[in-house]
Amino acid sequence: MSKKNTRILLIDDEEIVRESLSGWLEKDGYTIGTAADGLLGLKAMDEASWPILLVDLKMPGIDGLEVLRRVKEKSPETAVVIMTAYATVDTAVNAMKLGAFDYIVKPFDPEEVSLMVEKIVAQQALVRENVMLRKALKREYQFHDLVTKSAAMQGTLELARTAARSPSTILILGESGTGKELLARAVHAESPRHDKPFVAMSCAALTETLLESELFGYEKGSFTGAVQRREGRFVAAHGGTLFLDEIGDISPKLQLDLLRVLEERRVTRVGGTESIPVDVRIIAATNRDLLKAVADGRFRQDLFYRLNVITLTLAPLRDRKEDIPPLVDRLLEQLAVELKKPVEGVSPEAMALLLAHSWPGNVRELRNVLERGIVVSRGPLLLPADLGLTLRGEEIPAHPASLAEIERRHIAAVLKNTAGNVTQAARILDIDRVTLYSKIHKLGLKRADDGVFEPATES
Amino acid sequence: MSEVALWWIGTGDADNGLLESVRTHVERVFRAAARLELAGSRPDDAFDVRRNQHSSHRTLLWLASRRPQRAARILGLTDADLFIPVLTFVFGEAQLKGRAAVVSTARLTGAGLPGESARLGVRLRTEAVHELGHTFGLLHCRESRCAMARSSTLKDVDSKLPDLCETCRALFLENADEIGDFHEQEKHADPADR
Repeated sequence: MSKKNTRILLIDDEEIVRESLSGWLEKDGYTIGTAADGLLGLKAMDEASWPILLVDLKMPGIDGLEVLRRVKEKSPETAVVIMTAYATVDTAVNAMKLGAFDYIVKPFDPEEVSLMVEKIVAQQALVRENVMLRKALKREYQFHDLVTKSAAMQGTLELARTAARSPSTILILGESGTGKELLARAVHAESPRHDKPFVAMSCAALTETLLESELFGYEKGSFTGAVQRREGRFVAAHGGTLFLDEIGDISPKLQLDLLRVLEERRVTRVGGTESIPVDVRIIAATNRDLLKAVADGRFRQDLFYRLNVITLTLAPLRDRKEDIPPLVDRLLEQLAVELKKPVEGVSPEAMALLLAHSWPGNVRELRNVLERGIVVSRGPLLLPADLGLTLRGEEIPAHPASLAEIERRHIAAVLKNTAGNVTQAARILDIDRVTLYSKIHKLGLKRADDGVFEPATES
Repeated sequence: MSEVALWWIGTGDADNGLLESVRTHVERVFRAAARLELAGSRPDDAFDVRRNQHSSHRTLLWLASRRPQRAARILGLTDADLFIPVLTFVFGEAQLKGRAAVVSTARLTGAGLPGESARLGVRLRTEAVHELGHTFGLLHCRESRCAMARSSTLKDVDSKLPDLCETCRALFLENADEIGDFHEQEKHADPADR
C-alpha cells in the first residue's frame, strides 16, 4: 500500500500543533486530516476511514482518553496514539489499558515519531494480510470486497444487500468473469443464513445424470459405482444457500426436476423414493440471455419465473472503467500476498493500457493480467511490458506516436468517457484536478459545444 | 526569475567558505543561479524563550515575506537551533511547494566531537538540497542514499548523498515545469554578472 493511501487523522486543539505535525507527516507522503477537538474528530472518524489516529490528551470537551475509548468501541483495529505535553504514569497506564498503540510526550523526538508511524503502518499491513489470507482460505466474501464506483453497480449492490435479508430466490446475470459467485457469497454472508453452509455448483461442466446425482444425491446401487448412499448438494446446503452457476445450460429434464424442488421444497435421491424436506435459499446465475432462451423454447418459462424473483445484473468491466483503478489496487494487494511478492502499483503508462483494454474476460481477466504482471515484474511498479497485453489491431497507430501524443489521446479519451467531467476524469487518471486542467491546457484539448473535450486540430 | 537566494541569518559570523560551497552546490543540483547575500536583519521574533530555540515556522514566514522579487526561492541558512512545536528539533524546514526553506547548522556539527566538523559541509549541502526539494513538491524518498530521504538523526544525514536520486530529479524537473515559476538556467546566463 502506498503512503498516499495511509491516512492519519490528527486531533489537537492547538492549531500550531496540527499545522506543524501535519506538515511534517505530509512530507512523508501520508494523507493527513486534522480536527480541532474530540467531537469534530469523532465526526471525521464516522465520515471516512482513518486507520491511524494521533490524539492530544488534554482538550476542552471530550478529552483524548474519551476519544480513544469511543473509537476503540467502534473500530478496535484503529491504531490510536495519545499525545501529551504533561506525562504522568497514571494517564499512560490508562491509555494503554484502553488500547492505545502508544503514548508519546510532546515535543517528540523526530526519530521517535517516524519510527512509530512506520511501525503502525507495518503492523496494520500485517493485519490486513492476515484477514486477506483467512478470507482466501475460507472464501468468505462480503459486500465491501466488491469494489465499485459505478452508479449502476452500486444500485445493484444496494438491491443485493436488501435482498440478502429476505429468503427470496435471486438470479444473477452477468458476463463471465464479472464476479457472480463473489456476489452470491456476499449475499449469503449478509443473509440470516450466514452461519449455515454456502454450497456452489456449476451446472455447465457436468452431464445430465452426473449433475442430477450431484444435486439430489443417490441411493446405494442406483447406478454402477453407487456403492453407498450419498446426499446431494441440496441437502448439503440445508439451512444455507445453494449457488447454481450457469443455470442456462441445464437440460430440459433437469429444468423440470429443479422446478419441482423449488415448488415443493423437497428432494428425492436418484434411485430413491424418500422425499427429503430442504430449506435452501437458491441463488442462480448465468451469462446467457435467459429471456431469449425462454423465447426460443430452450428454457422453461415457469422455471424462469421461479428463479427470476430478484434479478441482479453485473455490468461488464468495459462499461465501468472507473472501477479499474480501485480494482487494480485491491487485486494487487491480494495478489501480492498470495504470490508473496511485494508490489506497489502500476506505472501510469501501464494504467493507461489497462484503461484502454476492453476486458472481454472482465474482472477475472484483469486479475489474471495483474497476476502475470506481478510474476514477471522486476521492480515495485508494474510496467506496460509486464502485463503482456497486446493492443488490438485498430489500436496500433500507423505511425509511432510521441509520449505527449499518447498522453493527449488518452486524456481526450477519458474525458470523452466522462462526458467532459474533469473531476471524474481526474479521478480515473489518478491525478488531481488542477494537474488535469493544466495538462488539458498544455496539450491543447478544446471543449467542444457539447461540453466534450477534443484534441485541437493540428496546426 | 529562476534564481535561488541564499541568506545567512545566523547569530554567529558567517563561514564564507562553507556558504559558498552550498551556493555552488545548489547551482549544480537545481541548475539555477544561486546568489549568496547577507541578510540585513534577523528573524528575531522566531526565538522562543521557553524552548530556547528558534521556531522554524516563523523563520519561514519571515524569509517568505522578504524574498527578493527576482528570486524564485529563498533558502535561509542559520546556526540557530530550530524546532517545530511538536518536535524536539528539526535540521531544517520548508514550505511544501512554497518559496521558502531554512536549514540550520546547529545539529549538523555533531556536538563538536572530533572529526565531526569536517562533515558539516556535506551535511549542510545535503539538507539544503533536501529542504529546497520540498519547495518543488518533492516528498521524502525511499531511496536511503537520496538527499530527499527522511533524516531524523545525524546518522541518517550521513548515509545520504547531497544529490537527488534519478526519480526525484525527474520529479523535480516535472514539478518545476508545472509550478511554472522556475526554469533551468539559460545558457547565456554568465556567472560573471553576479
